[in-house]
Amino acid sequence: MEHIIPMEYYLVVSSIMFFAGIYGFITRKNLIAVLISVELVLTSTDINFAVFNRFLFPQHLEGMFFTLFSIGVSAAETAVAIAIIINIYRNIKSTEVRNLKNLKD
Amino acid sequence: MEYTLWILILPLLGFLSLGLLGTRLKGKSAGYIGTALLGLTALLSYFTAWQYFSMDRVDGIRQALTPVNWTWMRFTDFLHIDLGILLDPISVMMLVVISTVSLMVHIYSLGYMDGEKGFQRYYAFLGLFTFSMCGLVVATNIFQMYIFWELVGVSSYLLIGFYYTKPEAVSASKKAFIVTRFADMFFLMGILLLSYFTKTFDFGLLCDPANQSIFASAAGKTFLGGAVLSWATALIFIGAAGKSAMFPLHIWLPDAMEGPTPVSALIHAATMVVAGVYLVARLFPVYFFFTPEVLHGIAYVAAFTALYAAIVACVQTDIKRVLAFSTISQIGFMLVALGVSSMGTVDNGLESHEGLGYMASMFHLFTHAMFKALLFLGAGAIIHTVHSNEMSRMGGLRKQMPITHITFLVACLAIAGIPPFSGFFSKDEILTATFMFKPWLGVVMTFIAALTAFYMFRLYYNIFWGKPAQHEHPLHEAPKNMTGPLVFLALVTVVAGFIPFGKFVSSTGAAYIIHLDMKVAITSVVIALISILIAWKFYCKGTSTVPAKMAGFFGPLYTAAKHRFYIDEVYQFITHKIIFRCVSQPLAWFDRHIIDGILNGIGWITCRGSLAFRWMQTGQLQSYALLIILGALILLCISLFC
Repeated sequence: MEHIIPMEYYLVVSSIMFFAGIYGFITRKNLIAVLISVELVLTSTDINFAVFNRFLFPQHLEGMFFTLFSIGVSAAETAVAIAIIINIYRNIKSTEVRNLKNLKD
Repeated sequence: MEYTLWILILPLLGFLSLGLLGTRLKGKSAGYIGTALLGLTALLSYFTAWQYFSMDRVDGIRQALTPVNWTWMRFTDFLHIDLGILLDPISVMMLVVISTVSLMVHIYSLGYMDGEKGFQRYYAFLGLFTFSMCGLVVATNIFQMYIFWELVGVSSYLLIGFYYTKPEAVSASKKAFIVTRFADMFFLMGILLLSYFTKTFDFGLLCDPANQSIFASAAGKTFLGGAVLSWATALIFIGAAGKSAMFPLHIWLPDAMEGPTPVSALIHAATMVVAGVYLVARLFPVYFFFTPEVLHGIAYVAAFTALYAAIVACVQTDIKRVLAFSTISQIGFMLVALGVSSMGTVDNGLESHEGLGYMASMFHLFTHAMFKALLFLGAGAIIHTVHSNEMSRMGGLRKQMPITHITFLVACLAIAGIPPFSGFFSKDEILTATFMFKPWLGVVMTFIAALTAFYMFRLYYNIFWGKPAQHEHPLHEAPKNMTGPLVFLALVTVVAGFIPFGKFVSSTGAAYIIHLDMKVAITSVVIALISILIAWKFYCKGTSTVPAKMAGFFGPLYTAAKHRFYIDEVYQFITHKIIFRCVSQPLAWFDRHIIDGILNGIGWITCRGSLAFRWMQTGQLQSYALLIILGALILLCISLFC
């Protein structure tokens, strides 16, 4: 009988990643770091999808497919975000989040 | 006969095109476009009339047709508002009247309104009016009629206020609109009451003598001592009285003379003001079979109005006011004829004598439209030259304006009831019908006819004979495009009396053979001649002192008549002193302080609240994200623990 790592372990890891991502998103000063945090959040959900699929519905593959989708989408989103950050840098010569206050105008 | 739809579409097209593109048109082209479209409309109406009246009768009775009928709004299975076209003898007759007079007015206005500011606007409004009036007469149901009824009210308002820089014109247009609108409120109440019990708006169902079960649900129901059906028809008549200027809702019509004179000829003499008569005629079977007491009430109100207006017309000095009061009086004649009429019975394809009043009323409507339009257009030609409405500025005009003079005389003879002009025939039928109903009412109406002859010839002699007034510029005859319509209408007035009108229009749809009642005819002609003679004696030379003495002799009556028996002052008192002061002002205070206060308070609280929350809006992406996460966590907690 092989030892399977219980589902909760995976979930604990993904939760830690999720909240680490949120913490980073709120506290990082640099836009690139904020973006990396967002990726962390996304990746944690990907783990969740895979885990739930593997443990709860082993006959099905939807969770796995969804993970692939999610990775693809986050790659595209990262590309867009990088493009925005480059543009911001060209405009204000900075990638510091605190310099971006135009949202309230 | 679907092509009758074009009778409505063409004037509407004229209104839209001239109204939207009018300012780009140079010179008089707007007028030519409007007139051409109206010419087509008139041709179509004549063709419709020809085709309709040459159709075969069924059992001697003319059948109503509905070539077009769309359901517009469906409320329940039986209650729906339709838009359509109903052709029956009276609507076809009205189409002919409207398009003829409207065409004449279009042509006439090419001369009369030449060079006026807003020439194309004027023609656009005329198109709108013609469209709505035609829609009114061909209405298949009472609600469609109400819609177009309001539309003619609007176009009347727009045209009375055409000279919008003149304060009198503006207030006259407002007065006309408000008074008729006030009456229309009762009309609407009447419509709703009637349709509530009968479950239909359709004229065909309401007026079918074989289909009287629809009134069964109203049987025995009363309100404030009157049967509900009587209330309904009386309320509908109040609407009709507002449009047709019956006492005491007549006050708007004399003031409406502030509009351009051709407009007065079209709207306030020939077509719109007879809409009330048309409405009563349209619902005549309902009035006659179910609420005869209301029908008789109409006759008395109309007779009183006719008398009142005739007396006032005798002392007015503004020529258009005289004609306005004369119009009120003549509409009174038409409604009296309807009120005293009974439903004829059909025998051998011919209608019996009881339906005389109905036929006489429609006949008078027809002839009156022609000769009153002629009178107004003649008055317009005079005003165009003299630049004044006052009789004292006229006199001796017969030499300078021969064509206007002759046509005006024809119209005066017609309205006075001198054979062989058209007014004689129709008025004689009305008097005969009235004598058949109540002899004393016949005597009153004959007296009013005598007054009519008197005031019309007072007007005629004062304008064309009498002492000439001094003028700075030479007077001239009107241009050809103004005299043309005058001559045409005069010709119609001469021959219209010989139309066998009863063969076209009668209460049942069967043919009615008109025969003159010699006793009535001779009496009325003799009395009219005597009145004309008196007028001639008084006013022909312009030097007679008798009128002044008469004025002194009748003292208070004369002054009261001159002030139109102070009806306007009474209205002024009621509206300003009672309604405005006791009702409107407290309401206005309540509105300004309580209602507005509540709303302003809500606004103030919102404003303050937003200021209090403003610090949260930092513009920092991360603080927003924090708030979102906190919110999500709170929701999570709520869903987990509650």
